[in-house]
Amino acid sequence: MTPQPLLSVTNLGISTVQDPRTLVNNVSFDINPGEAVGVVGESGSGKTLSALSILGLLPRGVGVVSGEILFNGKNLLTLKPEELRQIRGNEIAMIYQDPMTALNPVMKLGKQLLEVIASHDGINGQSDDRVRALLSEVGIPDVNRAMESYAHEFSGGMRQRIMIAMALLLSPKLLIADEPTTALDVTIQQQILALVSDARKKRDMSMLWITHDLGVVANLVNRLNVMYAGRIVESGTVEEIFRRPKHPYTAGLLSSLPTSTGTNRERLTSISGVPEKPWLVGNSCGFAARCSRAQSRCHNEIPLSVVKDDSTVACFFPLGSK
Amino acid sequence: MNFRKVLKFPGVSRTLSVLTTLFGISVFVFLVLRVIPGDSITGAFGIETGALTPQQIAELRVYYGIDKSLFMQYISWMQSFLSGKFGFAYSTGVSVSTLTKSSLPVTIELAIIGTVLGVILGIAIGMFSAKKPGSTRDFAGQLFGLLALAIPGFVLSTGIVTIMANKFHYFPNGYEYMTPWENPWMNFQQMMFPGLVLGIAVAAPVMRTTRSALLETVDKDFVRTAHGKGVPNNKVQFRHILRNSLIPIVTMTGIQFGYLLGGAVIVEKIFALPGMGRQILDAIMKREYATVQSSIMIFAIMFVLINVATDIVYRKIDPRILK
Amino acid sequence: MRNKEEKAKGALHYYLQSTSGVVGAVLVLIMVIVAICSIFGFTPYDPVEQHIEDILQGPSAHFWFGTDEFGRDVFSRTLEGMRRSLTVSITAVSLAATLGVSFGILAGYVGKWFDQLVTRVSDVFFAFPAILLALAIVASLGNDWYDTALAIGVVYTPIFIRVARGPVLTVKEMDYIKISRVLGFSSFRILRKHIFPNVFAPIVVQVALSLSWAILTESGLSFLGLGTQPPTPSLGLMVSEAQPLAAFAWWTLVFPSLFITIVVVGLNLVGDGLRDALDPARRSS
Repeated sequence: MTPQPLLSVTNLGISTVQDPRTLVNNVSFDINPGEAVGVVGESGSGKTLSALSILGLLPRGVGVVSGEILFNGKNLLTLKPEELRQIRGNEIAMIYQDPMTALNPVMKLGKQLLEVIASHDGINGQSDDRVRALLSEVGIPDVNRAMESYAHEFSGGMRQRIMIAMALLLSPKLLIADEPTTALDVTIQQQILALVSDARKKRDMSMLWITHDLGVVANLVNRLNVMYAGRIVESGTVEEIFRRPKHPYTAGLLSSLPTSTGTNRERLTSISGVPEKPWLVGNSCGFAARCSRAQSRCHNEIPLSVVKDDSTVACFFPLGSK
Repeated sequence: MNFRKVLKFPGVSRTLSVLTTLFGISVFVFLVLRVIPGDSITGAFGIETGALTPQQIAELRVYYGIDKSLFMQYISWMQSFLSGKFGFAYSTGVSVSTLTKSSLPVTIELAIIGTVLGVILGIAIGMFSAKKPGSTRDFAGQLFGLLALAIPGFVLSTGIVTIMANKFHYFPNGYEYMTPWENPWMNFQQMMFPGLVLGIAVAAPVMRTTRSALLETVDKDFVRTAHGKGVPNNKVQFRHILRNSLIPIVTMTGIQFGYLLGGAVIVEKIFALPGMGRQILDAIMKREYATVQSSIMIFAIMFVLINVATDIVYRKIDPRILK
Repeated sequence: MRNKEEKAKGALHYYLQSTSGVVGAVLVLIMVIVAICSIFGFTPYDPVEQHIEDILQGPSAHFWFGTDEFGRDVFSRTLEGMRRSLTVSITAVSLAATLGVSFGILAGYVGKWFDQLVTRVSDVFFAFPAILLALAIVASLGNDWYDTALAIGVVYTPIFIRVARGPVLTVKEMDYIKISRVLGFSSFRILRKHIFPNVFAPIVVQVALSLSWAILTESGLSFLGLGTQPPTPSLGLMVSEAQPLAAFAWWTLVFPSLFITIVVVGLNLVGDGLRDALDPARRSS
């Protein structure tokens, strides 16, 4: 038997509140204790909304319309606001895409960090030391000065380190990372990835990593979910998906990835066309319009997820089948 | 050390710019009032001026110093202003500084009461409105803002005076004005209504600014971060959302304080308060150059000082502004 | 690229969608019609005619808004007052807008010492509460309606300077303007083709808002006894005359006050509506 998952998302549906437009449809995935799971997709695929819905942080005008999100057996969607608040930042913490806008511009960083402790454990004599310890762990050079500084006094990479320190402060069981390296330079990206990877292993923490870049997650996560037009189209272990992609979209993503080893002798290819809006897909495979394997069935029916080898794929004509 | 380097010292260029503005104001005030038809002699003696011989008029002109060139008149006014006397009222011979000593505190008290009431009222109603944009409560809040903006202070004051005096036989301003030191309770009663009228005028724009600033801030990423950290909602509202909305609110309050000094002219007249506004109004009616000039000048200085103060508060609440 | 006509249509379309904009336009329109009635003498009575037998009568079929202490028809006087308020305000704002926009665009476009000078002079104006400055100017000019209009116009000019100058400074630094300059287009062409369209929207909004402030200032001045002199009616003067009467003849106070409030509310709503309709960024929602 597999262990009881830490987080279990089932049939999640998200849509706008007024003139309802479906944004996320029928999304299900599990995260086991200590496991790192990636969600990959283009912008507009619904990956960020799925992640935000876990902590109830969806923007105004967007809401969850179906499904459940079980965390340690509790459905986060039906919790009372106060119960959810106690989980936020404490058992589940989040880091965001743009560390400049995600930090309060007029509050000292030390105070923003202490606020996490104040909101859950309460401030005591050791609180300052806890913050300092974490800031040094994430590689902030002058910790005391940093605590008295404001966000604009730091570079993007440093800000993201501070965000990470804030998230790790109470040793959460699950860390949700919403494209935290997208806004950073490539070298800084690598440092941040290494930092998060180490911190996760040290704490045996589960992680959900959202990205549009397959290359970023390859060495970071155990399992991957590929999202397209509001649905998960393929999911499986990283090895399986990289070695034997089954959904034509996943294959397309992989072939557009530069490789350092040079084994990929073909030219880099890009997927032609633009991603479909989730609410316009209707009764068809969302990828059909851009898919070279599509047949009439793909335009008239929604493909259900089927288990194939070690992964699940939502495609009528997956790769590797006759 | 050259001039450009001196300018770089903190506060030097700021002080210079304030001084230039004040100089401009003094020239402007001086010139505007020179255009007044008829002069202070006709103002002081009224119809009796006709009985004066040309000889007497000329002597009076020398006596009041208005026979000199415009430039010399400006210089002598400035000398008197800077020496702290502010010139003399022609008709009574009392120095403007004596008049101002008793009238300025009245106006300042009024302005402070008005601003405090206005800011509290404006922020409260703005928050009330922004809580649920588009709802009935938002509509009510916005309607208040609109009416507070549109009902002139003199209408509101006249209405209050009429109702209080006739329905409740309560009109503290019918008694002689009392300073807070002479009779604090009486002073409070006399200041209450005029302060409220000014407060409502200040509340309208503060409310509108608060509402739009809050609505803009609510959707900011750092608010999401705060919720994501598990910060209790009321703390998110005050520490993060309101705190970040304060910058435009402070600016608006600073601007309003200036307008409030203008509003004081009307309110002081209706509520019979012996403040700066009434001093200016009386002086204008009596064509007392020196009094009008110096009093308006004092108003302008207060206004400029408030701008400087707003700037300082600004730097305190927004660390992103370079020191 | 959309052409001008479509753009104008688009703006009108958005304007008509905003409830407050439409309500505001209707309120202002009513007041304008009322004022026009007064110009052509379509008032029930002569506003200064005294009906000695009908002193301080409440509203009735004969005197819709009642009569004042001289038996003058409050309705006719209110209409006449509204006409004066609008005449003064429209003249003042036209003056302020013309002067302010010209100076503002020039200052922003020419820059250097001229900009410094214009900004400094505006700062001087901004250092006075508007009503106080208008008070001093009216006191020195006189009590004719155009004196009041001139005073208010002068007082509001710096606001338009500021409104016009800001966008010019921003637009001037944009690449397409720099390119136009490099390509050797004349300054006039650049101003007309690129800069004016960008300052147009904020100015239109400012005109609506300034009109509302001008009405408040005008009525404030006449309330204080500057400007319109008795027996000629003006809204502010009527409120001032109603002070001792209001306790037993509410109509003398309420109707002129109501008219001021309605027109100011209307103009503010129109300003809000225009702002939303002319600003593409606000439309998206």
